[in-house]
Amino acid sequence: MQIIEQPKVYDAIIVGSGAGGGMSAKVLADAGLNIAVVEAGPYFDPKDPVTQTQWKWPYDSPRRGSSSKRDFGEYDMAYGGWDIEGEPYTTTEGTEFKWFRSRMLGGRTNHWGRISLRFGPKDFKAKSIDGRGDDWPIGYEDVKPYYDKVDKLIGVFGSKERLPNDPDGFFLPPPKPRLHELVYIKAARKLGIPVIPSRLSILTKRINKDRGVCIYCQQCARSCSVYADFSSGSCLIFPAQKSRGQVDLFVNSMVRSVSTDKSGKATGVYYFNKEDRKEYQLRAKVVVLAASACGSARILLNSKSAQHPQGLGNSSGVVGKYLHDSTGSSNMAIIPELLDRRKDYNEDGVGGMHVYSPWWGDNKKLNFARGYHIEIWGGLGMPSYGFGFGMERMAKHLGHKAGGYGNVLRDDVKRMYGASIGFGGRGECIAREDNYCELDPEKVDEFGIPVLRFNYTFSDQELMQAKHMQQTFSELFDAMGAKALWPAPGKEGNYGLNKPGEIIHEVGTTRMGNDPNKSVTNKFQQLHDAKNVFIVDAGPFVSQADKNCTWTILALSWRASDYIVDQLKKQNI
Amino acid sequence: MKRRDTIKTLLIGGLGTGAMLTGCKQDGSDIDTNSVVPNIDANNLYGRTPEEAKVDAALHAQPSDFTKEELGVIAILCDIILPKSETAGSATDAGVPAFIDFMVKDIPDNKLPLKGGLMWLNTESNKRFSKIFSELTEAQRIEIIDDIAYPDDATAAMKPGVVFFNRMRDLTLSGYYTSKMGIEDLGYQGNRPNTWDGVPEDVLKQHGLVYEPEWIAKCVDNDKRNEIAVWDDDGNLLT
Repeated sequence: MQIIEQPKVYDAIIVGSGAGGGMSAKVLADAGLNIAVVEAGPYFDPKDPVTQTQWKWPYDSPRRGSSSKRDFGEYDMAYGGWDIEGEPYTTTEGTEFKWFRSRMLGGRTNHWGRISLRFGPKDFKAKSIDGRGDDWPIGYEDVKPYYDKVDKLIGVFGSKERLPNDPDGFFLPPPKPRLHELVYIKAARKLGIPVIPSRLSILTKRINKDRGVCIYCQQCARSCSVYADFSSGSCLIFPAQKSRGQVDLFVNSMVRSVSTDKSGKATGVYYFNKEDRKEYQLRAKVVVLAASACGSARILLNSKSAQHPQGLGNSSGVVGKYLHDSTGSSNMAIIPELLDRRKDYNEDGVGGMHVYSPWWGDNKKLNFARGYHIEIWGGLGMPSYGFGFGMERMAKHLGHKAGGYGNVLRDDVKRMYGASIGFGGRGECIAREDNYCELDPEKVDEFGIPVLRFNYTFSDQELMQAKHMQQTFSELFDAMGAKALWPAPGKEGNYGLNKPGEIIHEVGTTRMGNDPNKSVTNKFQQLHDAKNVFIVDAGPFVSQADKNCTWTILALSWRASDYIVDQLKKQNI
Repeated sequence: MKRRDTIKTLLIGGLGTGAMLTGCKQDGSDIDTNSVVPNIDANNLYGRTPEEAKVDAALHAQPSDFTKEELGVIAILCDIILPKSETAGSATDAGVPAFIDFMVKDIPDNKLPLKGGLMWLNTESNKRFSKIFSELTEAQRIEIIDDIAYPDDATAAMKPGVVFFNRMRDLTLSGYYTSKMGIEDLGYQGNRPNTWDGVPEDVLKQHGLVYEPEWIAKCVDNDKRNEIAVWDDDGNLLT
């Protein structure tokens, strides 16, 4: 099949429209550049009533919000999931990895948890502290100015706490805690576990005239129609379209590889148009990959040429290696004190917790090296499919025979509504060379593009950390007089550790570093092997602390994009 | 959006295909995202993509997995699980049998356990009373239900019935409490725009909890939520 070439040469092509791609599009367009944003999924605007799920009731759909068609429930705003028809991936024998993708403008930012944590000074230099993994080639002081700018541009609520490794920012004020969160605060303090207002990119206060202020529907996962949460489309791509530069948006366009010339420099990208199933080439001076850590690694590995025989940017052999996701382990309990609670008020709040516990431990005294934070859920939420399941186990917490039927059961459900609490631990997994993705030698997707094969195992570090999470949860339940719904999972159940990839914080596949033999990009996220190719997703992360990765993706993408503008001006690329 | 912006803001599915959608109307007014999917009444939508809408239309068109008699027994069981109360209607009043019928199409793993369970129930009814379940008196039905509704007390012979009834209970409760009637019965007050200002004072009091002044001092002042945020250089909010 003949590849259809475009005559136009863009200043930059950005592959992917999530957090990293959106930020790069905004910065490059603000600088007046002529750019193309290439997105594998369809156009999406959270305020389009056709696709909007915000404000829908469960009974607006026959499946009542069930997750049978979208992994986090049918109102969740991610087109895609762990498994996408026509886009498989594989794992090596005996290992597991789950790869969540969202094919739409804005990518996974349309549904994410908006937990917006800065990495702290120690998080960039963890090897210097405990000898594990590697230090970043940059430090907190390099990223701080960009975190500051991201806070102001996008908006994040939080509070100044002056914690040494959880830096403060330019915060909007947080919402008041919900009832179960007050119960949590009391219990955590008894155990000496700190609790502070959560830090989420949701506008509790106006930051500009283009975006609305939170109307407290708890539905950020459905992407906000008044743009009061951070989604890349509504907060970065749309503003980029209105700025100085020109933005051509290519949707339903799946990038296969980066094209290079005889000198090894990138000349553009090849993509498949999903609408006509034909292959096209776009040309540009600079290629910016933001297709997600694993997506960008896959594009690089699929960009083999005489100059780049192991794939673009892969002379070190490091592309795909050091893949790591956050660890996760959780449990739930019933709080007897909150049985029969009054329900005559609206407790939706923002989309997510109003309080959380940053890591408090001293790892020198523990049998695992890195920390975790605790996320809290509960309250008088909107019922959806799954509500009321498992009453044959739950009713025993009401002091009578479990199971049943009739108006006793009806009362049980109402008595227990709002009385449960859940904890999720989110911890740092140490990056290892032998956790990786690579091209599957045999399998292709529906576009004929070789797919990824994953190889990922946990070490004792993660297992001991999850064990500690479960012990902490049990202590917290005891401190609030709560009854765990399930026994804390033990060694045989990996202490409840989520499968790799399930926390959807996969990072590290194109790590940055000063040594071209041991890293894929330099500290400006520029390929060592091709100066006009940059990676602005979470691929260049050397480690990711126990802090959710999005805020750091945004700060680093801004930093790398500033560098691109500077280097173009100086005609260095 | 200005005309100048509309020219530079193209929404392209792929150049050279003739299927180039522009993101803007010709008159230069704002982005018309509806042009992607034409002529759909937004009021009846629940946010499906075109592909998802097709799947759901096909599911609706698919015949029921149950016979009329089976659906009758499902309705009886639904109303045993959630009968009418003093303040709210029954499971069948809330349309739960139709919900279960749909969920069996949507999640086919439900099919065998439910159909098999219904047959088990008829077999058990026949053993005890020489009649199928729907022909039993209410007292006879409850005699069987009592043997399968309490897992901890059930005999080994009743286990298949317990598993079936657990699933019926799950689906009935979920169907009911996600219906308009059920949500009202539950007392859920949300899913409407509002300004969260904390748990009401008397509810806090009832649970012996308080908002500490130090914590509240950090929280949002809703009177100022529409004032654009401005900070000093140290990140202290000035507005």
